[in-house]
Amino acid sequence: MAPTDPGSGLAPSSSGVEHPDEAPVDLTAAPGAGAALVPPEIVAQTMREYVHGQFLRIRGGESGMLPVILGLVIMVIVFQSISPHHIFLSAGNIVNLFQQSAVFMVLAMAETFALLLGEIDLSIGYVGPVGAVIAVQLVQPTTTNWPWWAAITVALLACALIGAVQGTLISRLRIPSFIVSLAGLLIFNGVLLIVLAFGPFSGYPTLTGPQPNLRALYNLMWGHISPAEGWITLAVIVGVLGLSLSLRDTRRRRSGLVAPPVGLTVAKIVLMAVVGIAVVAVCNVNRAAVGTLEGVPWAIFIVLGVLGAWTFLLQRMRFGRYMYAIGGNPEAARRAGIKVTAIRTWAFVLCSFTAGIAGLLYASYLGGMSNNVNGGQLVLYAVAAAVIGGTSLFGGKGKAVHGVLGGLVIGGIYNGMYLLGLAVQWEFIVTGGVLLGAVTIDAVSRRAGGAGSV
Amino acid sequence: MDEPLLKVRGLSKNFGAVQALTDVNLDVPAGEVTSLSGDNGAGKSVLIKCISGIYEPDQGHISWEGRPVRIRNAHDSASLGIETVYQDLALADNLDIVQNMFLGRERLRHGMLDEDDMERAAAETLAGLRVTTVRSIRQPVGSLSGGQRQSVAVAKAVMWNSKLVILDEPTAALGVSQTAMVLDLVRRLRDQGLAVLMISHNLNDVFAVANRIAVLYLGKMVAEDNVTAFDRQSVVEYMTTGGLGVKAKAPNSQAGGVEHGAD
Repeated sequence: MAPTDPGSGLAPSSSGVEHPDEAPVDLTAAPGAGAALVPPEIVAQTMREYVHGQFLRIRGGESGMLPVILGLVIMVIVFQSISPHHIFLSAGNIVNLFQQSAVFMVLAMAETFALLLGEIDLSIGYVGPVGAVIAVQLVQPTTTNWPWWAAITVALLACALIGAVQGTLISRLRIPSFIVSLAGLLIFNGVLLIVLAFGPFSGYPTLTGPQPNLRALYNLMWGHISPAEGWITLAVIVGVLGLSLSLRDTRRRRSGLVAPPVGLTVAKIVLMAVVGIAVVAVCNVNRAAVGTLEGVPWAIFIVLGVLGAWTFLLQRMRFGRYMYAIGGNPEAARRAGIKVTAIRTWAFVLCSFTAGIAGLLYASYLGGMSNNVNGGQLVLYAVAAAVIGGTSLFGGKGKAVHGVLGGLVIGGIYNGMYLLGLAVQWEFIVTGGVLLGAVTIDAVSRRAGGAGSV
Repeated sequence: MDEPLLKVRGLSKNFGAVQALTDVNLDVPAGEVTSLSGDNGAGKSVLIKCISGIYEPDQGHISWEGRPVRIRNAHDSASLGIETVYQDLALADNLDIVQNMFLGRERLRHGMLDEDDMERAAAETLAGLRVTTVRSIRQPVGSLSGGQRQSVAVAKAVMWNSKLVILDEPTAALGVSQTAMVLDLVRRLRDQGLAVLMISHNLNDVFAVANRIAVLYLGKMVAEDNVTAFDRQSVVEYMTTGGLGVKAKAPNSQAGGVEHGAD
């Protein structure tokens, strides 16, 4: 080849040409390899390296969950110092805050399925309540009197079906999800009003009453386990998660792969235990003005259950991997043989299904359903919660846990403003401002070149 | 010469009134780099898409390891062992190197993604191609440079016991040192006994790695021979005029290629 190559432009690399074995391709040594974007937990061998790596990453615009955690801390400090009688951090208010946030958290996890694809689902603000009103109507003792489990199943299946229809329109007919779900927002507002009007309840079917099926739905939000059960459950959760974390590290080390530093894993487990102990301890304080009201509310376990299930689905299953791939590069996903259309449709099914769970919590929180549901606001809060938590609006980046943290921020603002006695307009303005801030962080970190890791 | 790994005979393809390929012959032997050159619109992309199953040819046949085959879709070509790396690389920036290399063919254990197994296999493949990592193959592909991304895309293509790797302009978007890195990688594929079909109209790259050169001109194969039969001038002539000037000067080199006398 050499004689035909006079004055080659490749002269600087000719040594590599002659001795290919001496020029291994190094994926990380080249300039511009964006070392700052590498998740530190996968490369750091020691805690010091980890902290340094994390710092570089944040400076590089890849902030991860740091903004939302900082936001939570600031929110707690501000509201605690200015709320009347410093009531914000009282046990009763913290439990109340969890319960108020639960709806936003689950709705944000629902929205995450759409956001991961770079799509949006605006309809869930009413799809969730439609599921809720179906369940509430079905358990009414004076009319259908269904058992609670059957009512919940039918309600969630109805939501999933709605998601399947919208998802099919979006993924097969290629109608923008914004339009389909905006239409859905209106349509299901109407459906909600129609279903509300069934039966002799003048549009206000309630969950108050001694019948077990009514109680079951009511207790989704207001029921709680005993203090002792709370401690046992916590021990089991921390034990199982801690064990699986350390087992995974051990397995990776034994098979010669890089595992996170031991200190980091221990720190994670300790943090999990500390947060858990704090939550259970606070919930176990008697928060009733008269009598006894103590224990961890079921709502917290419902949120944790949804979080666990969707985290597993997104991080450990093929379906989740394909969600991220489609969000990152749909064409690459298609060429890799992924059934993009089917996955997209399923994403909307799961979105609406999860919204149904949020709707059930919402109905339980209100103790029934009425036409006084502001679905437009609910869905915007859901999007806000997901984005505040760190999920990208541009697709391919986000986790279920982001929705939970973001939901806590939204719930905290809602709760704190209420404690301050501020009118609802201020809640709108502050929440809108926080959403805008979160989206700005998202857009800026994207422009900074951080495609970001999942 | 032995039976080439891939043999294309009399292949034609038209899109409506446009005749994209006319009676094209091409041999791609194992363990060699075959360069496919030609000006814009010469039909290079159509030809590789016919081989990789994106398009179905109107006429002609393809034989693989001496057996006639029909390649109707990308799945057919993949099951034969043909992998194509297109110019856009088809990598998801938000996924890490391992996740990209296994995209669509994830390994499972108890229904869950077997991350450790995939990471080991990816590391082995990368090490075999001497694509090393100082940090981690768990970094997102979006954090890599152009040459590194190309290397990942190539490694992804050779992972699947592929026998023929088709590279579409692998160095088009790269600088000098990154180009050298990718060309080294192409040589390593060849040294491992794979057949490489590389589209390129950068003559530096062609003469740096190719063992064989094939030139398309307006949908026709105007030259196909060992690299020694060409010099830069003749390749440029074939690409721009279909070889009018070369025919006058050196009829032998062209005749040897087009008639496939070695078969």
